[in-house]
Amino acid sequence: MAEQIVSPLPGTFYRKPSPDEPNFKDEGDAVAVGDVIGLVEVMKTFNEVKADKAGTIASFLADNEEAVMAGQPLLDLS
Amino acid sequence: MAIKKLLVANRGEIAVRIIRAAQALNIRTVQAHSMADADSLAVQMADEAVNIGPPHAAKSYLKVDAVLQAARDSGANAIHPGYGFLSENAAFAQAVEDAGLIFVGPTPDTISRLGDKAAARAAAEDAGVPTVPGSVGVLETIDDAREAAERIGYPVMIKASAGGGGRGIKIADTADELAKLVSQARSEAQSAFGDGSLYMEKLVRNARHIEVQVLGDGTDAVHCFERECSMQRRRQKVWEEAPSAALDDAKRQAICKSAVDLARSVGYRGAGTLEYLFDDASGKFYFIEMNTRIQVEHPVSEMITGIDLVQEMIRIAGGEKLRMKQDEIAINGHAIECRINAEDPSNNFMPGPGTIERLVVPTADHVRFDTLLYEGYTIPPFYDSLLGKLIVHGPDRATAIKRMAEALDGLKIDGLKTTIPLHQALAQSSDVMKNAIHTQYLEPWLEANPIPS
Repeated sequence: MAEQIVSPLPGTFYRKPSPDEPNFKDEGDAVAVGDVIGLVEVMKTFNEVKADKAGTIASFLADNEEAVMAGQPLLDLS
Repeated sequence: MAIKKLLVANRGEIAVRIIRAAQALNIRTVQAHSMADADSLAVQMADEAVNIGPPHAAKSYLKVDAVLQAARDSGANAIHPGYGFLSENAAFAQAVEDAGLIFVGPTPDTISRLGDKAAARAAAEDAGVPTVPGSVGVLETIDDAREAAERIGYPVMIKASAGGGGRGIKIADTADELAKLVSQARSEAQSAFGDGSLYMEKLVRNARHIEVQVLGDGTDAVHCFERECSMQRRRQKVWEEAPSAALDDAKRQAICKSAVDLARSVGYRGAGTLEYLFDDASGKFYFIEMNTRIQVEHPVSEMITGIDLVQEMIRIAGGEKLRMKQDEIAINGHAIECRINAEDPSNNFMPGPGTIERLVVPTADHVRFDTLLYEGYTIPPFYDSLLGKLIVHGPDRATAIKRMAEALDGLKIDGLKTTIPLHQALAQSSDVMKNAIHTQYLEPWLEANPIPS
């Protein structure tokens, strides 16, 4: 069973710091504990989602600007 | 009434408020809602509901095509935009009219004219309404700057033309400081924005925020007196009152008359609010901008005048003339509104959604609670944190503050953190009692008086 990083909060998931900037992380990128993998916007406040495990990103499970629930997997690590 | 069926193109407490007003006028209602709001109170109260898209507002509440399609599909012949979202979007108002529907609000031309800062300022000046004194055009030389400052009066703000949101602002109290700061500001603006041009505005220290409610029918206009909203955190209003205890009758007449003058001069239609800075020290007021929509804090004006502003704006949109003359509108007592947000005042106002486990609303006649809540409702995380507005009325300000303190103690919202403790602290504060506040008051006060968890 692959490890996953889940959203700590319900809200809107963003893969980049702002619309004109590149993604925090892409598929195939290495992730260390504490790396920011995205943002979740809750009631107009942006919260960083930090990796709680290390690994390599196999695939994103949530798209940019997708509505996510607390505990919903955002990405698979390989 | 030309409006038979009204589509509500908004959400939350204002959607509930609009539906109530429409019901009182025997107008059928259609609630346009996102997927995340399918179980909202507004959807339950409206005669019909139409899903207009995904939770994210950009894909639902802000989508002009989806909102217009919902109106067509449901047979609504009018659209109320509420506040925020599409309410001050002239292109939306135009699209509504082009679709042969009624927009509850001003004409698209009025929205775009008053929505543009420079054009609104020019309209105010044409109507004889005082604006914040400033330089005419760009300051070319230090002598230009000195001359402008002498005319405007110190202290002055030196602003970068290309700046915004408070960036690139310097404050000069004297001519000596000005000389130093102008050259500094110019080189900083050049490197930060690639444009060194500067302009100047008078700085009003410790200003109050006072705003005047107007109603217009396209020809005539009246005011419903003023509100004071000086209690702000990060430019967001927190606690609002009507009337303002800072104005005497002569000042009140002057500021309210200026608002009507501007509304008449632009042929204003609907409900609108003119915002002013008020300087206690000089007794002067300065127009800042006009909001061409209903505002969050409209209930305090309703409580002191007995006028239902949302019903009136719907009647006007339906083609009616103003139903009251200025001399028929009087102030009765004092009203206060506290914005109850889903935020934790003991933790830097961190917003947090949740499920409402228990809701108890005080029932006294002088208390009103405009809300989107019901027991068992789960607040979605996709929108702002406003849960409701607690409003009280009293014969005078001191009684109103006392009644607000009692109402806050009686309001129980279990299941998430709210800003009720902040308001309880404010209702006990001697500065609030004395109305010794201004727009920069609350944040330092919070530093000195943290709200316990």
